[in-house]
Amino acid sequence: MVRNAGGRGRVSRIEVQELTKVYEGRKAVAGISFRVEAGELCVLLGPSGCGKSTTLRLIAGLEDPDGGTIRIADREVTHLAPKDRRISMVFQSYALFPHLSVADNITFGLEVRGVPKAERRERLGKVAALVGLTDYLKRKPGQMSGGQRQRVALARAIIAEQPVCLMDEPLSNLDAKLRGEMRVEIRALQQRLGLSMIYVTHDQIEAMTMADKVILMKDGHIEQAGTPAELYERPATTFAARFIGAPSMNLMRFGGPADPILGVRAEHMRLGPPIGDARDATVASIEYLGADTIVGLARTPDETVAVRLPGRAGVRVGERTGLAWEPAHEHHFDGASGRRIVSPPTGTAASVGLPASAAAIPETTSL
Amino acid sequence: MSIPSPNRSLAARAEPWLLLLPSIALFATFTHIPIVRTAIDSFHSTPKGARPSRFVGLANYEDMAADPIFWKALINNLVYAIGTIPLSIGLALAMALFVNGRIAGRGLLRMAYFTPTVLPMIAVANIWLFFYTPHYGLLDQIAGLFGFGATNWLGSQATALPAIMVVTVWKEAGFFMIFYLAALQTISPDLKEAAAIEGASDLTVFRRITWPLLMPVTLFILVNAVINAFRMVDHIFILTGGGPDNATNVLLFHLYQVGFKFWDQGYATALTIVLLAILSLMALVQFVAAGRRVHYQ
Repeated sequence: MVRNAGGRGRVSRIEVQELTKVYEGRKAVAGISFRVEAGELCVLLGPSGCGKSTTLRLIAGLEDPDGGTIRIADREVTHLAPKDRRISMVFQSYALFPHLSVADNITFGLEVRGVPKAERRERLGKVAALVGLTDYLKRKPGQMSGGQRQRVALARAIIAEQPVCLMDEPLSNLDAKLRGEMRVEIRALQQRLGLSMIYVTHDQIEAMTMADKVILMKDGHIEQAGTPAELYERPATTFAARFIGAPSMNLMRFGGPADPILGVRAEHMRLGPPIGDARDATVASIEYLGADTIVGLARTPDETVAVRLPGRAGVRVGERTGLAWEPAHEHHFDGASGRRIVSPPTGTAASVGLPASAAAIPETTSL
Repeated sequence: MSIPSPNRSLAARAEPWLLLLPSIALFATFTHIPIVRTAIDSFHSTPKGARPSRFVGLANYEDMAADPIFWKALINNLVYAIGTIPLSIGLALAMALFVNGRIAGRGLLRMAYFTPTVLPMIAVANIWLFFYTPHYGLLDQIAGLFGFGATNWLGSQATALPAIMVVTVWKEAGFFMIFYLAALQTISPDLKEAAAIEGASDLTVFRRITWPLLMPVTLFILVNAVINAFRMVDHIFILTGGGPDNATNVLLFHLYQVGFKFWDQGYATALTIVLLAILSLMALVQFVAAGRRVHYQ
């Protein structure tokens, strides 16, 4: 198989320090720092315009930073040309050369770097087998499906045998089924080859399923960095709480704008009989998904809550119902800044402006 | 519904022909019928006064083969084509690559390059006539600064044809540049970035990526340039009138003189057929030879 990463893993760490990029007076990347360990898959996640693609292009050397440093494999590369950074890259558009055959596309870089023909052919054979393109080598990219083109782009990145692979929304042009398959395949390849990978996406499912580490970005800065579980279980801000997970975390205000915000995930909520306080809501929508059902409720005129119930839900649209959850599943965020409150004052109900008596809700009746 | 009646199927078959009719009528009237008439006329003598036209077989073509001015014009035309086509295409590509990059005043530069195309050839010829005028023309004034004497650019055998060719290149390059520029802008910048990450230099990117992707446009430009090389003679009327001693005489100019100055229509039609044959053959060769290597997206 392709030369393994045993030795390369030791040195292929990526370190970004205070990286800044300014476009027309606006900081597209505002002094971010992070580190990707060797052999790790790190996802840069965020909505469009958050600076994740710019960060990737800065690491690739396709853009010049306005400040900060980039180190790859313990070597400062901040101002090196892309070709000298020992990286490979997969573009969102795949960037395949339309006039070259699949084989020539894959070996383009080897040819440019003067690898002898016999070795080129040998490496092409291995990589083509690895991504399942052996029967398509003579075709032109225009004669292939989106998924096959994606594999060509992948093969071109792998064959270079660079220790670091950068991916810019590689799956966004594929349909949902293929995307699911490619997620698994890319992750398996990355682990098998021991690649250090930085993977840009706006899709939180890709981030959750593939990443060793997720870096959630917003407006050019890092909102939260951690494992997928950390981001899901302990979102650092209301933005992270809303961005990770589908449906996103329910954020409820029981007091004024200065009071803390209470967050509870849909699967941690239950429905119960209405009890006549701020936790009553009206069923607005019912989404039956098979294994479970997402019930959408209107708690106040401008606040909706989603509850995930196993199986079918025994409620009807328009019905009045009470909401319940365990205190252990509560997340608390500062009402003004949206930051997570690490140790909320005792008596959680009081801290979010609820009457203490209402905090203990009886177990939900079977619905 | 029901089985289509014979009338309906007839109407269905007639519809595309009816839609094509206006353009067929125009092409037939002004292109196809005249070509056939010309071909027939080329085997007939020129009608003169009381003597009507009569069939002469290949006599007009034999006259042509024996006409030294025809051979001179043909050779001039080939030199003119070989001298202007690669140069104007190369210049067009260089200008397009230049104004496609991120440079200040790009719009102004693009406009400046394109200006010669907008000017009528007659006006262009008159401007260049001033440039070439011995003693007080622009070229001789500049040459004078460096101590060179006067040159009769358009009046001497050695320099007249190259002088005409310079005007052609100047006018054609800007026109072809527009096509290259449009083609360059359809090439995704991702390709260049992907190649850069793979370690390709700018030259390699051009040689392996940009140039092959420009092939369809190059073929289109080449066909047009060849046709223009045999078709554009306006400036010869203004600048040299085919002289001195046929040094700038080309096929179409010769054809014009034979047909409308000497009024020898029989010979002129034979010349027309030969010119047409040369152009068709060249277009065919270009499509067959280049067609294999052209990648259409």
